[in-house]
Amino acid sequence: MKKAIVLYMHVHQPYRVRNYTIFDAGVNHDYFDADYNHNTSNARIIRKVSDKSYLPTNAKLMELLSAHTEFKLSLSITGTLIDQLTEWAPETLKSFQDLVATGRVEIVAETYHHSLAFFYSRSEFEAQVKMHREKIEELFHQTPQVFRNTELAYNNELANWAESSGYKGVLAEGWDPVLQWRSPNFVYKTPGNQNLKLLVKNYKLSDDIAFRFGDNSWSEWPLTADKFSHWLNDSGDATNFNLFMDYETFGEHQWGESGIFDFLGHLPNEWLKNPNNTFMTVSEAMEKNDSVGELDMPYTVTWADTERDLSAWLGNAMQQQSILALYGLEDKIMNSDDLVLINDWRRLQTSDHFYYMCTKWFNDGDIHAYFSPYDTPYEAHIAFMNAWHDLQFRLSEKGLL
Amino acid sequence: MKILMLGWELPPHNSGGLGVACFQLCKALAQKGADIEFILPYTAEHNIDFMNIHSVSPQGVKDIIKSGIAYDSYKYVYVDGTEEVIDIYGQQLSYELSVERLAEILEFDVIHAHDWLTFRAAMKAKILSGKPMIAHVHSLESDRAGGKSGNPYVHEIEYMGLMMADKIVAVSEFTKQTIISDYDIPADKIDVVHNSIDIDMVQPLSGENAYQYLAKMKANGYKVVTNVGRLTIQKGLTNLLRAAKEVVYRMPKTIFLLVGSGDQYYELITLTAELGITKNVIMTGFQRGKQWRDAFAVADLFVMPSVSEPFGIVPLEAISYGAPTLITKQSGVAEVLANTLKVDFWDISEMANQIVGALESDSLRQVLLANALSEYQGMSWDNSADKMMGLYQTHSAGVLT
Repeated sequence: MKKAIVLYMHVHQPYRVRNYTIFDAGVNHDYFDADYNHNTSNARIIRKVSDKSYLPTNAKLMELLSAHTEFKLSLSITGTLIDQLTEWAPETLKSFQDLVATGRVEIVAETYHHSLAFFYSRSEFEAQVKMHREKIEELFHQTPQVFRNTELAYNNELANWAESSGYKGVLAEGWDPVLQWRSPNFVYKTPGNQNLKLLVKNYKLSDDIAFRFGDNSWSEWPLTADKFSHWLNDSGDATNFNLFMDYETFGEHQWGESGIFDFLGHLPNEWLKNPNNTFMTVSEAMEKNDSVGELDMPYTVTWADTERDLSAWLGNAMQQQSILALYGLEDKIMNSDDLVLINDWRRLQTSDHFYYMCTKWFNDGDIHAYFSPYDTPYEAHIAFMNAWHDLQFRLSEKGLL
Repeated sequence: MKILMLGWELPPHNSGGLGVACFQLCKALAQKGADIEFILPYTAEHNIDFMNIHSVSPQGVKDIIKSGIAYDSYKYVYVDGTEEVIDIYGQQLSYELSVERLAEILEFDVIHAHDWLTFRAAMKAKILSGKPMIAHVHSLESDRAGGKSGNPYVHEIEYMGLMMADKIVAVSEFTKQTIISDYDIPADKIDVVHNSIDIDMVQPLSGENAYQYLAKMKANGYKVVTNVGRLTIQKGLTNLLRAAKEVVYRMPKTIFLLVGSGDQYYELITLTAELGITKNVIMTGFQRGKQWRDAFAVADLFVMPSVSEPFGIVPLEAISYGAPTLITKQSGVAEVLANTLKVDFWDISEMANQIVGALESDSLRQVLLANALSEYQGMSWDNSADKMMGLYQTHSAGVLT
């Protein structure tokens, strides 16, 4: 049995809320339409990320798919990104379609709006998963078989849902307190479910690429494809190395100058030098490997921060109040039959909005601040709540409040 | 009668009530024949013709630029084009040196100094000129520190100024009592000259209300409670939020509009969320002009929950724009305004009780406002200016040295 690299990348952009004030509420409903030069301009960010990351990475991946017949990968692409690419960077969307058309790129299922709906409304969650599936079928002519929840937020209940919904498997974080003595480099099953397989992220190897690659104070810097392949070859018993990361690792989180594209370009060649090595997509890894054991995860585990929980999104009262206020409108919004209103409400569900309100280590100006277009978590909260007030206003105009 | 008037700010470059009170008092004094040399610590256009304004700056400094925020830093622009940022203490010392130079040149009979920031300069001018010093107290360090002793440096300057003054003017009986208890000053050294409002200067409302969301929600049965002021401990907003929780529990269709900025901004957002009333509290940040005026106009009730408010002009402004008021007993304005609801700042349940009572009774609000408006119509600075002129006469005879 060959050992496989299971490369899975998550591609996502939210609809950021502009500096939407109380003076806009009840007047304009353009929460997501910032001036082009503002930090929260979605159009500008999509153009920038396309140029720095999506287009060069897709070009590199296409090159690798042509050069190596064994090279495969999996992607998840959110609905909010697809919508924005359709509007502002159609050539980028086309480049993703070209990748998938090779037949060696698998698309993973998720919520259309990259939301935390699973924890707040099962009906809304299922509606978004269905929306996403239909969009993927329409654009990529593929029906996703493996599910990943937003931020890899996973627990046993999600596994039960995925099994009953007919998925082959789910992706989750390979977190030490859960794995304990076990290795992330195998396939697992879940408690009480017969068919469902679980792939867990090897966060150490993944983070070597996603976080540490460009860090020249890291003892392993510079990381080369040759060195990385040696680590994998030398790592003993394993069937699958689950390298899960944000797609924006390539060119955005790790800039092109760091050599990240060269690393990606050389990785298949170095890895495939050993005839016992190969690449697999996520469902292929689940099909070809038997599970070696069962992972019990009663509590929600995510792929974020050292806590690996939902505290980056729901850890403070501002975040909780915001998300409760938003889902509190669900029945009225759905009863409105107003597709524009429903769509705006859904775009506000994207987890990023709550992440921007995170105050963990706010004073340190850390990684959370790097990913936020707002100066402070409080500004993010105020803009979000002003938009919420406007939703409430729109409902009241319809007599639904 | 020639007055050396030492002030810290004048409209439109004021950060709060001090500048407005100085302006309106000086205007009334000028009408009574006072010849005022007003010394300001920054450079700006004021368009004032009833007194001489001296914008003072140290040698070599071309401009001193003031931000709109109380206790913020000042930017010095030097003749050679270089710039430097000076904090409030440095600015205060530089003002003292400038006043020292001017005191040698200008002729005056009395020194009239407003609040601690000008007290060192006033003492210097008194020593140099042998003229009497009147210390006018608009707020004390213990007010600004919410009842605590506050900054010891400020406390010390305040103490020296009050001891060195030939006469102390307090803007309310409340402030007079605080001076006595904070500094053991004999009661007969302190005269009360109440602040007032120049109703001709109140800008009229115009056009559609800037808070369209609130205006429209009011049409759907919502009620709006407004506070306008700096978000600092002195203003008692944490108590207002705790009362708001009680109000919202009984009247969920209530929105609290907090207009202003200050060092408690983030703390108050967090407290709002922790109290679970995020949906009912809107914080706008600092506003001027129409957006400032309309915050009163949209209110069903204006609340000033100050812990310690030497005078507090804002309720009078609220009344002029049509909002009935609830104020704390710990305020000077409570001495000159009869038709208002009054509560102790610490009595949160009574504050909630009165807010609910007012919101539920249209007739109570109507009567409160109608009677307050007739009180307001009779207000002017005339009496206060007469009292000040009398003090100038008494003290200009000279000072024992």
